[in-house]
Amino acid sequence: MSLELSADERAIAAGRNGDGAAMAMRIVAEAGRLLGADRLIPIQSAHIDGALYHGDSGTLFAERLVNGGARVSVRSTLNVGALDLMGCSRVRLEEPQRTMARRMMDAYRELGCETTWTCAPYQAGHRPRQGSDVAWGESNAVVFCNSVLGARTNRYGDFLDIACAITGKAPDVGLHRPENRRARLVFDVTGLSPAFLNSEIAWPILGTLYGRETGSTVGVVKGIEGHPGEDRLKAFGAAAASSGAVGLFHIVGITPEAPDLESALGGEPAEITVHVTAGMVEDTRARLSTAAKPAAIDAVAIGSPHLSADEFVELERLIDGRGLRVPIHACTGRHVLATLEKRGARKRLEASGVVIVADTCIVVTPILPAMNGAVLMTNSGKFAQYAPGNTGYGVLYGSLADCVESAVSGRPMLTDMVA
Amino acid sequence: MIPLRADVLVPGGTAVGKALVLEAPISFWGGVDPKSGSIADVRHPQHEEPIGGTVLFVPATIGSSSASAVLMELVHNGHAPAAIVLHEPDAILLLGLIVAREMHWPTPPALRLDRSRHSDFSGLRVRISGNGTISPLA
Repeated sequence: MSLELSADERAIAAGRNGDGAAMAMRIVAEAGRLLGADRLIPIQSAHIDGALYHGDSGTLFAERLVNGGARVSVRSTLNVGALDLMGCSRVRLEEPQRTMARRMMDAYRELGCETTWTCAPYQAGHRPRQGSDVAWGESNAVVFCNSVLGARTNRYGDFLDIACAITGKAPDVGLHRPENRRARLVFDVTGLSPAFLNSEIAWPILGTLYGRETGSTVGVVKGIEGHPGEDRLKAFGAAAASSGAVGLFHIVGITPEAPDLESALGGEPAEITVHVTAGMVEDTRARLSTAAKPAAIDAVAIGSPHLSADEFVELERLIDGRGLRVPIHACTGRHVLATLEKRGARKRLEASGVVIVADTCIVVTPILPAMNGAVLMTNSGKFAQYAPGNTGYGVLYGSLADCVESAVSGRPMLTDMVA
Repeated sequence: MIPLRADVLVPGGTAVGKALVLEAPISFWGGVDPKSGSIADVRHPQHEEPIGGTVLFVPATIGSSSASAVLMELVHNGHAPAAIVLHEPDAILLLGLIVAREMHWPTPPALRLDRSRHSDFSGLRVRISGNGTISPLA
């Protein structure tokens, strides 16, 4: 069966609502055809990853939509851009790229998107209800939306996200369909110690391993006691979505579609069970670092995904008023800035040597100083994955506490993982 | 070697290039430099190899949903592969080609070929015809 558009959708594709809407409808339809969809379905909201500057082509596309009179037809939040419009940090993007990046951000605002500029929209008030269909981009946001909120989205690539937002439609395939949301793989962590599972570092490491083991297969994690909190689920999902093509995970007893193992598996037997061992965990941690035993570090970066207000509280507790020898770049969204300022935390953190980065982050645009052979320390599985390619920095991976101690002393401090 | 017939996922006419078979999955965003079209992922076995002008056989893509933006930028700046061969349609990546076509930029074709045949042309110069036939050039 091939994709069939309704009379209304065909009229829009032919230009009834203007050139911009027509182009958006053709893009959604073409994607639907490629994916083998029979039809398009209505969506409730969108999260747009397309406003990040990678070169002039994306700016020209967004401006083509604006000039064609397009507007989003559902609630649409924006992922990070290439500039810190709040002026917290200095982005080293030079002209003419800077102007093109700015034009791109302006174009998405003109299309009617909310200027959230965050990769954690789910912590900035955009939380679609369980079971609703949405079209989200940004791999970590997709996985959080599906897994933790239980709303339904595929991994929408740049351009399809905005095309869905304009048309209010998405191809009826993949994770929009309940039969594709059941787990086929069990990721069993019962062999790991409770002390490790309760540590902060467990989540990005397990997420990285999960992504590598599952690829795009939906899996269910078995063996987590007690709710780890949203920030840890956020870290797990982001790491999983950067090491694999993960769009949805379940955790027994924690995530909404996995009240128990049988429900998560949809009553079918698991096709594969991965028994996670301490050795696999240690190996994963080692592979997150690309810099072998550096003598010094040049920068610390945290906040991929963007830090929540709670994570800033923890950061401040660990810094404890001390000055930093090496700056900590703390990436966040403007939704958190107001809270920080109200608490006086922004001033205190900046006085210690924290560089707050808002609206963007250190792997999507040049913020870190250009240096040969430099080393970046991070507690983010996602930064660890992307920093070497995008910033040229080698990566040393450690817990948040280790990142803070290393920033204070200027030398890498790594405490042993609780086995 | 005999020519193989692949399915056309995104049309783009004929193409000629050296077959580059990726040995590991790749994230186009973060894994390929959008300015130069070379593999930027230090953990990838073919780190620093240029993909521009090749007939690129991709075993799987991983990671960011901005792969489409990187591919479209490569199309726009002339560093895109001459053709892309996948074993299943990858909507995130191929969106880059679909949108480039909407922008009326000359766009490489994308084909689907059974995974088991991906290595057949490794290192050879190959020609892709408009109907999806992949043939080695002498």
